[in-house]
Amino acid sequence: MGDHDGRIDAEFTDLPLRNLADAALDAARTLGADHADFRVERVRGQSIALSDGKLQSLSDADDSGLAVRVIVDGTWGFASAVDLTPEAARDAARHAVEVAKVAAAMNTERIELAAEPGYGDVTWVSAYEVDPFTVAAKEKVALLADWSRRLLAHPVVSHADASVYQVKECKFYTDGATTTTQQRVRLFPQLEATAVTDSGFDDMRTLAPPAGRGWEYLTGGGWDFPAELAELPDLLAAKLTAPSVEAGRYDLVIDPSNLWLTIHESIGHATELDRALGYEAAYAGTSFATFDKLGSLQYGSPVMNVTGDRTAEHGLATIGYDDEGVAGQSWDLISGGVLVGYQLDRRMAQLKGLGRSNGCAFADSPGHMPLQRMANVSLSPATDGPSARELIGGVENGIYILGDKSWSIDMQRYNFQFTGQRFFRIRNGRIDGQLKDVAYQATTTDFWNSMEAVGGPQTYLLGGAFNCGKGRPGQVAPVSHGAPAALFRQVRVLNTVAEGK
Amino acid sequence: MSTNEAWLDRRTAGTPQEAVEQALAAARPGGETIVIAEESSTANLRWAGNTLTTNGVAASRSLTVIAIDRRSDGTACTGTVTRSGVTPGQVEDLVREAEKAAAEASPAQDAADLVAGDAAAAQDAAGWSAAPGGTDFGVFRPFATQLGDTLRAAEAAGRKLYGFAEHGVTSTFLGTSAGVRARYDQPAGRLELNAKSADLTRSAWAGAATRDFTDVDVAALDAGLAERLSWQSRRLDLPAGRYETLLPPTAVADLLIYLYWSAGARDAGEGRTVFSAAGGGTRVGERLSPMALDLYSDPAYPGLECAPFVVAHASGRDSSVFDNGLTAPAGRWISAGTLSALHSSRYSAGLTGLPVRPPVDNLILHAPGASASLAEMIASTKRGLLVTCLWYIRVVDPQTLLLTGLTRDGVYLVEEGEVAGVVNNFRFNESPVGMLSRVLEAGATEQTLPREWSDYFNRAAMPPLRVEAFNMSSVSQAS
Repeated sequence: MGDHDGRIDAEFTDLPLRNLADAALDAARTLGADHADFRVERVRGQSIALSDGKLQSLSDADDSGLAVRVIVDGTWGFASAVDLTPEAARDAARHAVEVAKVAAAMNTERIELAAEPGYGDVTWVSAYEVDPFTVAAKEKVALLADWSRRLLAHPVVSHADASVYQVKECKFYTDGATTTTQQRVRLFPQLEATAVTDSGFDDMRTLAPPAGRGWEYLTGGGWDFPAELAELPDLLAAKLTAPSVEAGRYDLVIDPSNLWLTIHESIGHATELDRALGYEAAYAGTSFATFDKLGSLQYGSPVMNVTGDRTAEHGLATIGYDDEGVAGQSWDLISGGVLVGYQLDRRMAQLKGLGRSNGCAFADSPGHMPLQRMANVSLSPATDGPSARELIGGVENGIYILGDKSWSIDMQRYNFQFTGQRFFRIRNGRIDGQLKDVAYQATTTDFWNSMEAVGGPQTYLLGGAFNCGKGRPGQVAPVSHGAPAALFRQVRVLNTVAEGK
Repeated sequence: MSTNEAWLDRRTAGTPQEAVEQALAAARPGGETIVIAEESSTANLRWAGNTLTTNGVAASRSLTVIAIDRRSDGTACTGTVTRSGVTPGQVEDLVREAEKAAAEASPAQDAADLVAGDAAAAQDAAGWSAAPGGTDFGVFRPFATQLGDTLRAAEAAGRKLYGFAEHGVTSTFLGTSAGVRARYDQPAGRLELNAKSADLTRSAWAGAATRDFTDVDVAALDAGLAERLSWQSRRLDLPAGRYETLLPPTAVADLLIYLYWSAGARDAGEGRTVFSAAGGGTRVGERLSPMALDLYSDPAYPGLECAPFVVAHASGRDSSVFDNGLTAPAGRWISAGTLSALHSSRYSAGLTGLPVRPPVDNLILHAPGASASLAEMIASTKRGLLVTCLWYIRVVDPQTLLLTGLTRDGVYLVEEGEVAGVVNNFRFNESPVGMLSRVLEAGATEQTLPREWSDYFNRAAMPPLRVEAFNMSSVSQAS
C-alpha cells in the first residue's frame, strides 16, 4: 500500500466536489438534458530531463477543471471550465446544453447509452508505494545524474540523456447513480546512451517500460536499473561494430519489450469498435477487423489469445471505474486466433446491442469529452510455455529483437513497420552477435498467423506507453500491453540504410 | 490557506495581466522571475457518416512561474511551476513554490542573463492591457449551416462525409523581472474533410487551415472530393518501387515539418543528427537541393502570423527559459537550396558557434519563379504517382532522417498528363533531406493544412513538388 495508505489526496477530496456536481447536474436537468454526467479532475505532472548528467529541465504542471457532458434529445453536448465554483459548474452545464441544441440540426443518429448498474459512492486507488510528488526533486535529479555518469564512464558513450516523467491523476465522476473518486500514479523513466564516431552515430535506450507504479520503481521495485545500465554501454559498443542486416525473410523471436508496441498498433487499435464502425475514419482511421468479422476472422494462429482489461496491477490503463461510471473488467478479444470481442464504451455497446460496456471510456483532461480509449490489451503466455532461450533454440536463421523504437501502421491497421533497440543474429538455435539497421514489415493477419509459439509466464512483461493518441480534439492516453516472448516464422526484414538510398 | 479557503478564493479570478504583475511583485527581493499567463478557449464539431458525433467547448487558464536562483559561484538554478485556474489568492503560493524548487535545483546548464525589456513602455504599447482573446461555438454559426447543407447533399449523392472543425484562441502574456512585457493572441482553426463512397472502398481527403472560419468553403471542398472519388472509378494495382511522385502541399508540409523539428543546432553540433558533418561540426553551408528552394519562417507571413518572440515554459535541447522575450525574427533555414541555419537558443548557439536563431511557429517553402498549380503539374506528367496526403510518419534512421509512413485517401496514376485511375496505397521510406536532392519541379506556394502534424504545427505554406524516385517500400491494403 505504501505511504499513501490507499487514501486519495486530501487536497482533492476536500474540494466541494459534490456541491459542484449538484450545481451542474441540477442545471443540466432543468435545461432539458436527458442524461448528464460531471467530472472534476486534477492532473499533476513533473518532467525532469538531464543531458550528459546535467539538469536540462525540471518543470511541474498542475491542471484542474470540471466538465459536463449531456445528451439533449439524442445529441451530445459538452463543456468544461477551469474554475471550481458552483457558478462555473452551472455555466458549463448551460454551455453543454446549448452546444447540443445547436448540433442537433446536423445529427441524424440518436445517442443512447448501454445500461450500467449504479455503484453508489465508491473510491479506488492504483497500486503504488511511494507518491513521486512526495520525493524531493533534488533526490530525483541526483539519481538520474548518477545513472548518467555510469553511462558516460564508458569510452564508447559520447552522450547520455536521462529523463523521468511522473503523473498523478485524481478524478471525480458522477452521473447520479454512480459517484467515483479515484487516484492513480504512473512513471516513465528513460535513459539513452549515444556513441558518436568518425563514421556517424548510434544510440541505445533502456528497455524499462513506463509503469503504473510510484517512485519505488526507480529504487528497486519492479525493474533492475543498475543491472541494465551496467550492460548498456557494452551492448552499444557491440552494435557499432555489428554487421548491417541483409534484407530478406527471417524467423523472429520478439521480446515483449518490442512486441508490446506491435500489439498496441495491430491489435489494440484494430479492436476498438468505434474505429471498426467508422467513427474515427477521418483521423485515426478505421479497422480491417470490421464488425461483420466478429467471431469468424482468423486474426492469428491458434496459439494467439488476447485479452482486454482495465484491471492488471500496475497497468497504465488500469482503473476502478471508467469515465462513464463503468466498473473495470477483463474480457477476451482474440481467442485461439479468432476475433471474439471489441473494446467498448457505453454508446458503442448500445449501438451494436452488445449489452454492457466493457469500460473503455476515458478523457485525458477536464477539457476533453470521454472517448472509447484503449484498455490494457495483452497477449497471453502459454502455461508451461518455453523460455526465450528455448524459442531461440528452435530457429536456424533468425533475429532476436528487443526494445521498441520506430513504429508506423496504416489507417486500417494492415501494413506495419517496426524497428527496435537491440537485434541479435540467431544461427542454428544460438545467438551469434548483434545486427543493426533492422526493420520488420508485415500485414497484421499474416504476421499473427505466422506466430508459431508463445513463451511461458516467465517471459511475460508489461510494456506500454504514456502517449497513445486518438480522437478529435486529439487526446493522449496511457496504456499497457503485456506479452510473452514469441516466435514468428518468415517475416520480411528490411535494411534501413538501403531503404534510405 | 486551507483547501476550502482556496476554493472560496476561486470565485475571484483576476486578469492574466494582473496575474503577471502580481507574481512579479510577489517574488523575493533581488530574485529574478519569469511569468507566463495563458488563456485559451476552443470550440469543435465532429461528424462521421454524414451525421454529427461529438462537439463541445472548453476554456483553460494557466500561470507559469519560473524562479531563478543565482548563486555566489556564478551558477543559476531554476524552478518552474505551471498551474491551471490560479486565482489572486494563490499567486503568491505559486511563486513561493517555484522559488523553493529553484533553491533545491542543481545548476541550469543554459544559465544566462534575462532578456532586457522596458516594462513601462511595453505596458503602454498597443495590446498589453486589452482583454484576452477568445472563441466560442458562435464561430461556427455560418459554417455550421453550410456544413449541415453539405452533409445532406452528400447523403443524397451517396457519399459519406467524415471530419472535424476546430477553432481556438490562445492569449499569452509574458512578463519578466528584467522588464519584458509581451503579449500575443494566437487564433488557429482547421477543417478536415474526408469523403468516402457508400461502400467505403473509395476515400478522398481535403483540409484547410483558417484563423476564423470566414474563409472556409466546405461545399467547395466537398465538390473537390467528389471529383477525386470519381477518379477512383478505375482501380489499378501497382507494385512497390521507386516512382516519380507528385506531392501536394499538405504532404510536402508533413515531410518538411519533420525536417524542421530535426534542425536543432545542439544535436547537430554534437554529431547526432542528419545535419551533423562527418568528423565534427554541422552541415550549415552545404547544398541540399539542386533547385534554388528557400525554406524559411516568418512570424508576419500573411495568414500564418505567430508570436515574434520566444515563449519557453521549460528548457530543452534548443530552447531556454532564459530566452523568454527574445525576438524570434524571420529567417531562412535553407537558402537557394543550401542549408543556411539551424534553430538554437542562446545557449546552444554558444555551444555550436552558430548564430542565435530561435524557432518560429510557421514554415514556408518557396521556389523563386515557380507558379505552376498542382493541376498544371499533373498535366505535364508523362508517368507518375499523385499522392493525396501522408500518414503515420515516424523516423526510422536519424542518421539520414529516414522517415516511414503511409499514403492515404487516394494515390493516383498519372499518364500522359491525365489521371488514369486510383492505385493501391503504399508504405514509403524516404528522407526529406534526401528528397530535396531529387526535386524535379516545384509549383506555386500556397497555405496548407499538414494532415499528420496539424495538432502540433498548423501554420505552413508549401508548393506541390515533383520528386524523382520516391521510395514506395511496400503495398498497403488499406483503402
